[in-house]
Amino acid sequence: MAQVDKFSYDNGIVRLFTYATIIFGLIGILVGLTIALQLVFPQLNFGIAEVTYGRLRPLHTNAAIFAFVGNGIFAGVYYSLQRLLKAPMYSKFLSQFHFWGWQAIILAAAVTLPLGITSSKEYAELEWPIDLAIAVVWVAFGINMFGTILKRRENHLYVAIWFYIATWVTVTMLHIGNNLELPVNMWKSYGVFAGVQDALVQWWYGHNAVAFFLTTPYLGLMYYFLPKAANRPVYSYRLSIIHFWALIFIYIWAGPHHLLYTSLPDWAQSLGTVFSVMLIAPSWGGMLNGLLTLRGAWDRVRQDPVLKFMVVAITAYGMATFEGPMLSVKSVNAISHYTDWTIGHVHIGTLGWNGFFTFGLLYWLIPRMWNTNLYSQKLANAHFWIGTLGILFYAVPLYWAGWTQSLMWKQFTADGFLQYGNFLETVTQIKPMYAMRSVGGTLYMVGYLVMMYNLFKTIGAGKFAAYEDAEAPARVTYVAHKGEHWHKWIERSPVQMLVVSLVAVAIGGIIEILPMVFVDKNVPKIESVRPYTPLELEGRDLYIREGCVGCHSQMVRPFRSETERYGEYSKSGEFIYDRPFLWGSKRTGPDLHREGGKYSDSWHYNHMYDPESMSPGSIMPPYPWLHKRDLNTKYTAAKIKTLRTLGTPYEVGYEQIALDDLRAQAKKIAAGLAKDGIKLEGIENKEIIAMIAYLQRLGTDIKPKSQANQ
Amino acid sequence: MKVIFLLILVSLVVALGFLAAFIWAVRSGQYDDDYTPSVRMLLDDEPTTNDKTAN
Repeated sequence: MAQVDKFSYDNGIVRLFTYATIIFGLIGILVGLTIALQLVFPQLNFGIAEVTYGRLRPLHTNAAIFAFVGNGIFAGVYYSLQRLLKAPMYSKFLSQFHFWGWQAIILAAAVTLPLGITSSKEYAELEWPIDLAIAVVWVAFGINMFGTILKRRENHLYVAIWFYIATWVTVTMLHIGNNLELPVNMWKSYGVFAGVQDALVQWWYGHNAVAFFLTTPYLGLMYYFLPKAANRPVYSYRLSIIHFWALIFIYIWAGPHHLLYTSLPDWAQSLGTVFSVMLIAPSWGGMLNGLLTLRGAWDRVRQDPVLKFMVVAITAYGMATFEGPMLSVKSVNAISHYTDWTIGHVHIGTLGWNGFFTFGLLYWLIPRMWNTNLYSQKLANAHFWIGTLGILFYAVPLYWAGWTQSLMWKQFTADGFLQYGNFLETVTQIKPMYAMRSVGGTLYMVGYLVMMYNLFKTIGAGKFAAYEDAEAPARVTYVAHKGEHWHKWIERSPVQMLVVSLVAVAIGGIIEILPMVFVDKNVPKIESVRPYTPLELEGRDLYIREGCVGCHSQMVRPFRSETERYGEYSKSGEFIYDRPFLWGSKRTGPDLHREGGKYSDSWHYNHMYDPESMSPGSIMPPYPWLHKRDLNTKYTAAKIKTLRTLGTPYEVGYEQIALDDLRAQAKKIAAGLAKDGIKLEGIENKEIIAMIAYLQRLGTDIKPKSQANQ
Repeated sequence: MKVIFLLILVSLVVALGFLAAFIWAVRSGQYDDDYTPSVRMLLDDEPTTNDKTAN
């Protein structure tokens, strides 16, 4: 008999990630509930800049995705990887470094996002120093994982591990690709891509963050924890293999479906649609494989809360992956895009699939690691029902809100006018749905608190062992054929080989292609489109700081209902100086791409001070601090220089006179305001002036004269 | 829009990387047996001297 090795699994690291998951889940939900309530009661930010909707929204998404789900992934991976490979983690130091590094990044996000330090690119908002930290910690995780794979005692790599590997490889690539940026100072950078290109790279990242952070690692966890919890093998191991390869091949192409009917070239949009529709096959293959694993065990689903949570999670995954391809069809997207339908869709994914699967995992894992039974099955069942109701009360009102609002946007009268010409009407119509949604979110949180109580009681009753002893025979390595020594080498260290070759090929490709992208003369240029003036540029950076893009798109789609409401549809050549692009993905307020010249400077001044003074019933929060704070012009010159390096045609030496231009433009706006009776000590130095300058510039480069004069 | 070529290239690199991994997996015998791994993962190797009960 082969020699039997004795070793022990590191449960301590799993415990740390488990605690972090539980804590950050609550925080993510709390912030989410706060911003949901702010949509109903805008005064809920108490006039504090740091907790306005625009700044808290990215905090909510980052907390839910990277803190809650992220820690959940790591807890599950560290537990299952060791057992599937019959080996302890490669390095205890790297495990600890990974854990504490990841929590430090979350802390940095929790500080910087409310301060308005953001790149404004969805799910990639964090600024460059934190991006670098993420890369370092992620690589540490990778080395630890691949090191463990190399030290394994089990020759076969179970399907879950394939999902973990794909996650690591792809997230690495996406993170680097979408965060190529040039720093201006410690907390501000501009991306190397502008306008349409930036949009495409962002959604290539954004969609695959969903695919390779919220989906593939969780599918890996599903293939481990579901069979374990049900104590029966997965329905079809063969299907799981097909599921894996098909899913990862197709997912990476689906990004452009976030940009349908935008200025992105049509063929790129079609590419996104086609691959998105194809995605339904592997996605449903995975869902069915999960659900059918329980065939003959449905009686246990009735009893066991762990299985209940997992079944609803997998069902939610199936619903979301049916809805996704459907939303990627252009005619459906024309209705759904920019509405709350999208928000409903993603929450089926996060609350249902990620949330419920995590809950199932925690209810299974914690009693095992603490060598005890779950404190209360009854409470777990209560959590299940409250949570399920929470998801329904959350999603259904949002679907309803999305359809209602979209149909109102598109409704014409018999005479050919927009029936709801005032955007605000379409917002007040769905306010009750927003209120209902917060009820759903509250329910979900109540369930979560019940779970926390139940789990901490379980932990209190149990006895935790940081190391769990195990034993297994040493791995019998595959013996290569003679005479094929390159092949033999691959077989001796396959994983190493895989990683090294991937990195090598990727670097080669990037070096080859990047110069082509940087020296880009191919963007359809429009003669009249000019770079932003220094004041407009500073205003734009304030727009980014305040997170305006969270509620306002800057992309007029080529529909009559939109050109009637907003003006000329957006052209790709208009965005070539936009770093980052600010097309947005949600219209809680109206589109702003043709905002310039629509209202007077004094209207904007008053509207930003108190939106309800200009639009009674508006749910936009007031921004009085823009009227109090002086504009920081310390970095204006550095910004101009950085942008010139990236290709914006500011003349050499312009940064030295930029501030003069800035002051002159500010004075002009201040004088205009004074004419309308708005006087304030030192008004020309205030942030609001820059914001007005930017808003009045928006979309005016190609605006036909007849409209501008109206 | 040239960035699409970068994205296609990078995506292809990853796809090809996955293809290489797939070919390696098949050729090295990872998938010779497509049933027992699903059962084997259910069994944890408790130390023979330890009388802890399973589950």
